Amino acid sequence: MRQETQETSPTAALINLERVRFSWTAAPSPTIDIKQFRVEAGKRVFLRGPSGSGKTTLLSLVAAVIPPDKGVIEIAGTDLSTLQGAARDRFRADHMGIVFQQFNLLPFLSVAQNVTLPCRFSSARRQRAQADSGSLEAEVCRLLLALKLDAGALLHRPAMSLSVGQQQRVAVARALIGRPPLVIADEPTSALDTDTRDAFLELLFKEIDATGASLLFVSHDKGLAERFDQQLDLPTLNRAETPGADMTLQDR
Amino acid sequence: MLDIAWQSLRNRWSTALLAVFAIAISVALILTVDQVRRDARTAFVQTVSGTDLVVGARSGAVQLLLYSVFRIGNATNNMSWQSATEIAERREVAWTIPLSLGDSYRGYRVLGTNQGYFTHYRFGRDRQLSLSDGVVFDDLFDVVLGSEVARELEHKLGDQIIIAHGTGSVGLATHDNQPFKVAGILAPTGTPVDRTVHVSLEGIEAVHVDWRNGMQVQGEGTSADVIRDMDLEPSEITAMMVGLKTRGTVFRVQRAINNYRAEPLLAILPGVALQQLWDLVGVAETALLAVSAVVVLAGLINLISVLLSSLAERRREMAILRSAGASPGTIFRLLCLESTLLALAGIVAGFVLHQLTIQLVSAILSTRFGMDLPSHLPGVSELLLCIAILVGAIIAGAIPAWRAYRQSLADGMAQRT
Ligand SMILES: Nc1ncnc2c1ncn2[C@@H]1O[C@H](COP(=O)(O)OP(=O)(O)OP(=O)(O)O)[C@@H](O)[C@H]1O
Ligand SMILES: [Mg+2]
Repeated sequence: MRQETQETSPTAALINLERVRFSWTAAPSPTIDIKQFRVEAGKRVFLRGPSGSGKTTLLSLVAAVIPPDKGVIEIAGTDLSTLQGAARDRFRADHMGIVFQQFNLLPFLSVAQNVTLPCRFSSARRQRAQADSGSLEAEVCRLLLALKLDAGALLHRPAMSLSVGQQQRVAVARALIGRPPLVIADEPTSALDTDTRDAFLELLFKEIDATGASLLFVSHDKGLAERFDQQLDLPTLNRAETPGADMTLQDR
Repeated sequence: MLDIAWQSLRNRWSTALLAVFAIAISVALILTVDQVRRDARTAFVQTVSGTDLVVGARSGAVQLLLYSVFRIGNATNNMSWQSATEIAERREVAWTIPLSLGDSYRGYRVLGTNQGYFTHYRFGRDRQLSLSDGVVFDDLFDVVLGSEVARELEHKLGDQIIIAHGTGSVGLATHDNQPFKVAGILAPTGTPVDRTVHVSLEGIEAVHVDWRNGMQVQGEGTSADVIRDMDLEPSEITAMMVGLKTRGTVFRVQRAINNYRAEPLLAILPGVALQQLWDLVGVAETALLAVSAVVVLAGLINLISVLLSSLAERRREMAILRSAGASPGTIFRLLCLESTLLALAGIVAGFVLHQLTIQLVSAILSTRFGMDLPSHLPGVSELLLCIAILVGAIIAGAIPAWRAYRQSLADGMAQRT
């Protein structure tokens, strides 16, 4: 499976930011001002920083949800600025799975509908998902089971009837379906208690490893940091005069 | 996409249902107002056909039309029998129907006329009056009842009735001494004829033998047999309908009557007078339609406000959709779809409500009044109205959709509530 998602060679940068600057309209100073930031394919990266330091903003830039004011963002070798309008959104559907802190699911859709949501917006992703298990539904079941969810009972239940921990795992299934090369997680564990959190991380890592995707993981929780290949401190990265990777990447 | 819109609406079904309900009511209202307006016109137009001129004492054309043909309101003056005879004898004239109004029977108008009424009067598309029972009057004290009169008052052939002086419904002096006998009952026509009690002109004279200047002379109860021997030629009538040999002479005859020397008369063409009536009624109709349109507008504004107020709590939904790969354009279309679904449901429900109302009204009309409204298949104008409202709703729905579009561009992935 792994080789299919590796569109770039293992040492090539999956994420590459250069001289990226971004300010929210009302903000007096840029929220993001990064000289350079690279994540190599297949790596698990831990991003931390105090509240309001711009972690979610950086993820929005990487996910092509908002465009930077200045600079270049390359994902899997594609310069995001070359993509126009809906093509940016299709690129995100093709290449990324995203998990938020909580309230990840559309409450009125069923679990299955939530998991297959990205497949509505990217046919490539749908085809990959179908190829993985023969059918979309079978792949959803496989993922839910792999994430220790009772697929048979939950598949057609409305998402709002699930517990928070179950919802987070359904969100992971959605992020992983169709094996996108990049999984972005914005504090996915902060709504979980410690036991659930550890189990959740375990499953997340296992599935990420199975697909060979890179993981960009944001958290306040320093205790999690050692489980990742790389750790980043956003405020340091943000102020860095020299390429951020050199100062903040602590390869294990 | 449709399933997302649908399930999102279902999730908020109570507010969605209210919005649909508001639109449904407004749509039903405007459709029904429009329908009633057109039915009223049809009913009026169908009441008289084939009559070239209506003649009466000089007053307003609309007033003459209303009291003579529609039995609405009263004549201020009568015309003399002398003039009526002279007009009937003109060589352009094929037939005339004298109309003598002013009395009533238990709330229904009494019309004094002659046999010509039953042979020449036409309604609808050139339909003639027909009897469902009995015969046209051949005795002085015979009456022919309109279908509704007979049904409502449960009269059958041979029943005796006593006519009241004046046209109110209570407290009237009655012509007790001259009871009439039901000789015939007319088939339903869907026109004011159904609500009319027909007697001969002489019959009208007979009941007024004991009346002088509209007051009953005490103690002078002339018996029916004495009256039969009297000369009962009327001295005046209320109005007359005139049929010409050729339509081409209508303006000549009209001018001649309007310039009549002996007394001031007015001759009208029913179609022209109807048009004048529409011009008068048109203002009220337009006002009614305008009010209905405003109600529709209120329904649409409600739709906008329901969607707008839902946007704040749905920011997260939008962020989730965007993170899964939905473009702001998709968000825009999703909201447009929602408003269109709501509007469509409202319009369909409104249409059904309107049809039910009409069915109910025509059921009541036909069982209680024997009136057959034209069958109400959805007409072009109803369809156009519905389409216009739908287009309005789509435009209205674009407002919250645009707001959601702007929001989803500005929000990024931040999970802010
Ligand atoms: N949509 C937005 N519009 C305007 N300003 C925003 C928006 N989103 C974030 N900001 C501002 O940008 C700054 C960084 O916000 P961001 O959400 O990226 O922080 P964060 O590091 O993710 O914080 P947290 O740990 O609390 O999630 C904050 O000052 C915030 O007010
Ligand atoms: Mg954040």
